[in-house]
Amino acid sequence: MIITAEESVNKIVLGLSGRLDTTTAPQLQKELLAKIELGQDIELNFEELNYVSSAGLRVLLIGEKTAKSKDITMTLINVSEEIMEVFNMTGFANVLRIEGA
Amino acid sequence: MHELFVEAKTENLDTVLEFVNKHIEHCTPKLKNQFGIVVDEIFANISAYAYNPMVGGVTVRIKVDDEIAIEFEDCGIPYNPLTNEDPDIELSAEEREIGGLGIFMVKNLMDSVEYKRYGTNNVLVIKKQADRERRQRHEN
Repeated sequence: MIITAEESVNKIVLGLSGRLDTTTAPQLQKELLAKIELGQDIELNFEELNYVSSAGLRVLLIGEKTAKSKDITMTLINVSEEIMEVFNMTGFANVLRIEGA
Repeated sequence: MHELFVEAKTENLDTVLEFVNKHIEHCTPKLKNQFGIVVDEIFANISAYAYNPMVGGVTVRIKVDDEIAIEFEDCGIPYNPLTNEDPDIELSAEEREIGGLGIFMVKNLMDSVEYKRYGTNNVLVIKKQADRERRQRHEN
């Protein structure tokens, strides 16, 4: 997985590309928690992401909880229909902030 | 039938994914992604638990027809993931636990999942109808 980061005045956008699974989830966890620490709202751009496995869901849940505890928002943007199906199937659609959902 | 034997270590996930993808190239991206998720869940599970704290092997077999069947065989501790209770997917972020979600996704994404214990081996077989990439057809 490739993660790009764009920091602006009031938010940080992390662009994810490839797959979010057992081997790549630790990489996102490290990056995501470091960015949340900065105290700005986070957007995760899913446009180039192929799929999310349960290891990826786990990191997204950790991110959501950590962001909430710091009073910032973590929003998923450009989520494909397929990934949305997985979020619906697992109940994560109600747990995460997803733009347009 | 194609077969791959690897050590059950998460580092080998890429090798297993490559092996599976090579044989389902004709399928839709959606199906490939679904198999990606499922292979990740099963292989990661075996890697984490089957031989812990030792390392052992996994044989992955794939049969591609109108239906795609993938079989994972290990000789680790007896473990039938299908007996796990489904997770409560109605809970809020604070209450959520992540355990059991992987196999729940496998069951939901595949047409069938079967577990068998053969002697000292665990065999998990997943099956799903192949949805081939449709070619553009000219209608005259």
